[in-house]
Amino acid sequence: MAKLIMAYPAKYLVVSGLAALLMFAGTPGWAAIERSPATADHSKFKSLKGPFETASQVTEACLECHTEAAGQIKETTHWTWLYQHEETGQTLGKNKVINSFCGMAVTNEPRCTSCHVGYGWKDMNEPPPEADSAVDCLVCHDTTGDYWKFPTLAGDPTYVPREWPKGSGKIVQPPDLPNIAQNVGATGRENCGSCHFYGGGGDGVKHGDLDSSLISPDRSLDVHMSPDGANFSCSDCHSTWGHSVSGSRYQVNAKDTLGIDIPGHTDLSRASCESCHGPAPHEKEKLNDHVNKVACQTCHVPAFARGGVPTKMWWDWSTAGELDENSKPIVTYDADGHVSYLSEKGDFRHGENVVPYYAWFDGTVEYTMVEDQFDIDNPPLEINRLDGEPNDPGSRIWPFKLMQGKQPFDTEYKTLLATHVFGADDSSLWSNYDWPKALKFASEKSGLPFSGNFDFIETRMYWPITHMVPTADQALRCGSCHTAESRLAGIGGIYMPGHSANPWLNRIGWLVVSLTLAGVVIHALARVVFRRRKQS
Amino acid sequence: MSRVMIFKRFERFWHWFQALLIFSLLITGFEIHGSYSLLGFGDATRLHTIAAWSLIVLWLFAIFWHITTGEWRQYVPTRDGLFAVMHYYLIGTFTGAEHPYRKTSKAKHNPLQRLAYLFFKLVISPVIWVSGLLYLFYNDWPAVLAGALNLETVALVHTAAAFAMLVFIIAHVYMTTMGHTLTSHIKPMVTGYEELDEPAEKP
Repeated sequence: MAKLIMAYPAKYLVVSGLAALLMFAGTPGWAAIERSPATADHSKFKSLKGPFETASQVTEACLECHTEAAGQIKETTHWTWLYQHEETGQTLGKNKVINSFCGMAVTNEPRCTSCHVGYGWKDMNEPPPEADSAVDCLVCHDTTGDYWKFPTLAGDPTYVPREWPKGSGKIVQPPDLPNIAQNVGATGRENCGSCHFYGGGGDGVKHGDLDSSLISPDRSLDVHMSPDGANFSCSDCHSTWGHSVSGSRYQVNAKDTLGIDIPGHTDLSRASCESCHGPAPHEKEKLNDHVNKVACQTCHVPAFARGGVPTKMWWDWSTAGELDENSKPIVTYDADGHVSYLSEKGDFRHGENVVPYYAWFDGTVEYTMVEDQFDIDNPPLEINRLDGEPNDPGSRIWPFKLMQGKQPFDTEYKTLLATHVFGADDSSLWSNYDWPKALKFASEKSGLPFSGNFDFIETRMYWPITHMVPTADQALRCGSCHTAESRLAGIGGIYMPGHSANPWLNRIGWLVVSLTLAGVVIHALARVVFRRRKQS
Repeated sequence: MSRVMIFKRFERFWHWFQALLIFSLLITGFEIHGSYSLLGFGDATRLHTIAAWSLIVLWLFAIFWHITTGEWRQYVPTRDGLFAVMHYYLIGTFTGAEHPYRKTSKAKHNPLQRLAYLFFKLVISPVIWVSGLLYLFYNDWPAVLAGALNLETVALVHTAAAFAMLVFIIAHVYMTTMGHTLTSHIKPMVTGYEELDEPAEKP
């Protein structure tokens, strides 16, 4: 057991000699989570020997024993891409929302639906395919790492050797489906990560706290997921119930008052820090005094995109489409070697080790839906809005990635626009760099209105930060917030000692102190002068 | 003239330990307030809390001592001679006048000192204590209190009292230099003894 002894500076002794009263703090040792052995060796099942022509045939084999699994999956957000928000009444999910990355998934199938937990969802105007065999078991349960949903095949892996990325010369081989089928198991970080680390079109692009560096992180990057730490898989916290995964970005549990989850007492969903650490996890009482107003993540995720993978912080679609003198697309890079311009996508700014944006948050996120009219005269437009108030007992200060950029909107209807960026047709932005054509096609295909007149508006979007928790010694220090240059400057609604001092108290206080000192000095000088006079 | 024990051993211990604690509290307190950065907020807060609890314990002993020894009478205010003392500090000290007050072991503080120390003991200190404890136990306020008061107000009062404490200390330290010699007021606070116009107490 590694014991950490807090070293207190010797200056204490100098100032008061009371250092002996200080408590010595220890932290518990870390041991990788142990897992019970499986009750089935899938390599011994005849039906998994193959051969399989498609991944869908593997699913059929799985369902011979796991009879309820497909039905369970089809009830989940992973399948429907729909989320009925109980607080706001909005219908969210990838099927409905617009974001500030590639806009909407709609009209960009099969690219976007390559991350659907199924096969063959080629038209999002229709619900996902109905057949049980359309459910993708392997994306979550492959343990070999060889199963990969090809990015442009609406969820299928490739069944013939195929080049990716386009023009790279790299050939992706078809997966060995029998071997994969015989090696299925519980989900690991790589399974979830194969989609969630690559949201927004690339590694780390979207979330900031989720990227491929979490497959095998150091303890200093993520103490829970590190093989040298607790070695958690995602589902150790995002616990499941009949294939339904807990923990939602649309309705965050911003303050878990249930505390440690005990069988028979609570819902057993562990997707909050308090689920394991309880409501008062610190040995120092003063730190526990913070948890009613400050989310754990605010101090314990000091920065995001810390694993060497940059995240996109700015995406300006308005500049997309410029071509060089040979009418070829342009690529430029910034000083750090990150892409800063692509003809397909416009201008980018990337960030690493980014200090989060902080806001009061009660867990509820409201969206500007694609059909919502908004005030076009007062940019930036908030694609999503965070509910929460300083005086609301259910709200706490949370960290966010603040995504900014510019995206197209309809100047007549005053709504955001679906963007048809991907597609083998001749209308997608990435095939012909023509915004009006791409927007018109998106409108026709999705049924969403488009007047034909558009411009670009600056938008912002908030992404809650909760992963990439390092060891406790890397948590924020008191002085990160309790200082003039506080991280939480401008948060409002809370008195922060060291940051929020009343300026009039200071003016009056120091004036009185100065006058006293001046009086003393004048009095002392007068004494000296009069004594000299007397002596002379 | 005789050498009289004027500040008893406990009194001197109380005074100097209190001085040490108050200086620690002022230094750390104004850092917590955000006036400068010295130890860092976390260390400043921990030290401030320890020093505050120490001072509270010390004061409990001091209150007990004042009651049991009857020394509290030393701080009963009087107007008798107050203006003479004030006149001395404003004018007499320059013209070479004698200090109008004759100290005795039964009345060792002049009327101005009595007022100043009483103000220190009955106003500044209690305000600092009460606001400080409210500050420290902010999270444990009962609902009634939480509805009527906020941390900002408590911090404002606590810091205002700290400014008053600082002003008191500046004036107090300066006044100790105003004896016959620069240190003649300070020496008894160290040794306990002073030359007074009264017979030495029987051992």
